[in-house]
Amino acid sequence: MPKWAMVIDLDKCTGCGDCMAACKLENNVAIVSPEQTEEGRVMFWMDMMSVYDGEYPHVKVKRIPKPCFHCDNPPCIKVCPVHATYINPEGLVGQIYHRCIGCRYCMAACPYTAKVFNWYEPEWAEEFKTCLNPDVSLRMKGVVEKCSFCAHRLQVVKEDADAEDREIMDGEYMPACSESCPADAIYFGDLENRESKVFKLSRSPRAFKELEGLGTEPKVIYLSKRE
Amino acid sequence: MTEEKTKTIDIDEALYRPIYETGRGFYLTVGILLMIILFAAFMYVRQVYYGLGVTGMNQPVTWGFYIVNFVFFIGISHAGTLISAILRLSKAEWRRPITRMAEVITAIVLAIGGLHPIIDLGRPDRVLNIFTAGRLQSPLLWDVTSITAYFTASTVYLYLPMIPDIAKLRDRGGKLTRFYDFLSWGWQGTDHQKKVLNRAINILMVMVIPIAVSVHTVISYIFSMTLQPGWHSTIFGPYFVVGAIFSGIAALLIVMIAFRKVFHLENYLKLIHFQYLSTLLLIMSLLWFYFTFSEYLTGIFGAEPHEMDVILYKFTGPYAIFFWSMVVFNFIIPVIVLSFKKFKTIKGILFASITVVIGMWLERLNIVIPSLANPRMELGSGMYFPSLTEWSLFVGAIAVFVLGYVLFSKFFPIISIWEIEEGREESIKEVEKRVKSYLPGPAETSD
Repeated sequence: MPKWAMVIDLDKCTGCGDCMAACKLENNVAIVSPEQTEEGRVMFWMDMMSVYDGEYPHVKVKRIPKPCFHCDNPPCIKVCPVHATYINPEGLVGQIYHRCIGCRYCMAACPYTAKVFNWYEPEWAEEFKTCLNPDVSLRMKGVVEKCSFCAHRLQVVKEDADAEDREIMDGEYMPACSESCPADAIYFGDLENRESKVFKLSRSPRAFKELEGLGTEPKVIYLSKRE
Repeated sequence: MTEEKTKTIDIDEALYRPIYETGRGFYLTVGILLMIILFAAFMYVRQVYYGLGVTGMNQPVTWGFYIVNFVFFIGISHAGTLISAILRLSKAEWRRPITRMAEVITAIVLAIGGLHPIIDLGRPDRVLNIFTAGRLQSPLLWDVTSITAYFTASTVYLYLPMIPDIAKLRDRGGKLTRFYDFLSWGWQGTDHQKKVLNRAINILMVMVIPIAVSVHTVISYIFSMTLQPGWHSTIFGPYFVVGAIFSGIAALLIVMIAFRKVFHLENYLKLIHFQYLSTLLLIMSLLWFYFTFSEYLTGIFGAEPHEMDVILYKFTGPYAIFFWSMVVFNFIIPVIVLSFKKFKTIKGILFASITVVIGMWLERLNIVIPSLANPRMELGSGMYFPSLTEWSLFVGAIAVFVLGYVLFSKFFPIISIWEIEEGREESIKEVEKRVKSYLPGPAETSD
């Protein structure tokens, strides 16, 4: 059974934000108005953390892309009262939008603040409505959503591999962020496959995980010389 | 016949009077409260229509007033049943005029508090999913279970001791005889009936105590079961229970003082009742401070960075005003007022009780918001400003409580009449016998 994981090379990442845009389009994430964004209702499945080190004028800015970490031991699924969030055997943590009651307990329990909530009915500009991704179901107001590692893409890849009677190749299943990254800083693949790029990079001395001490076992691994 | 009945003036006539005499004040109060409730209901419907965006909640502060008030109201509900059960169990004779009032608080406030998580839902239309797809592993389901159990137990515990009083109202005739006839279950006051009733009350009061303790423990588990700094603490269970009883006693004192004034019950609720109960309030205040002190000292001494973010947010950050007023309201004022006999008057006790209720609400605010506002990831700290919707639902909830209480007192005696009678007739002898049994027997003269 594969175990899907992501490696983000912060030494390569330019902080351009292309992953955020690609993710938003791929997954039909609602466009939130600037006023609502000010109030903290912005919706990103792939978010970008900006960490400022030092005092002006010697400020160092770190830009860190932050998707859902797809923990092996996810704090969010432990608290959900209705089985609306789950982890599947391949390690993908999913959300069932049509079952979610919107209690937001998973958001409160997630140490990575990875989930977002539909505070209003999701909205898109008129031009957007004609180019929504048909593979990703639309959400409704009042439910929680988050990065799915583009699980809909895995379906397509699986069907192709099954039709040709072969295993899924390394790099065949790529989420939108990793595919679009102009700096090739986001790798994606099977952590159980010892030949995969992701497995090799996860063994790199530069590799670290966020908040490792909590025992959540995140499957997003960062690479950085700085930390 | 009926004339004769109404002519016989009961010694406890003062307790019946509010049920049969309705003044303009009553209609005015009910009218105003209904208007507030209607407005709150309108705001809620609006929230369901537009989505939770009409509240002030956001990311990362995903819980706001609704959860704060949920914890607060359920805390207040511990006034009643728990305190009444403890007083009954310890055979405190001064409980007699207090128990009913305490139990009514529980029943009403618990219903209000229990609704809050549903108000907080993004999809209230799917609330029944907790039965069709419920996960008993989720602390929220533990809550549903224990609150339902507590609500059932406490309403039965309120209702059973009311049966003899309802029978009295039925026998008086006049208003709503059939209604009282139905509710009194054919109570005639026979020895057998009394025995059964007493046994039922005895069983319930023992059962209700662990249920009540479990309710607030489980509510604290909602927070402490997560990994969030400021929440993930083993002390939370007992800390919440102590806080709940603390705020509950304060609420009970306020209600008692209000009814004493409005219904002229000075003859029943004497200064001594307030002084005894406020001593209990003082003890709870000290206990509360002990828990708060331990909780924050462990956090500060260990100084884990994420924990410190939350603590500093409360001590010196945006929540400093709420945190320090909580300490003043919950500890400094009540301890000063209640420690000195000179301040321990009805007015002093009322003042201390009001500050405690406000202080305990601030405590719930201080627990819920700062932990959410300071996520572990480097996202900066969040802020939360409640919207008009949240404020009006808060005021609406309080209005529902007052209205519930006013209506209850319109149909049922607010002080248990038969228990007062029992006290007059039997307990003096009983207490004399009991006290004698504590004392050493007559010295044996051996000469």
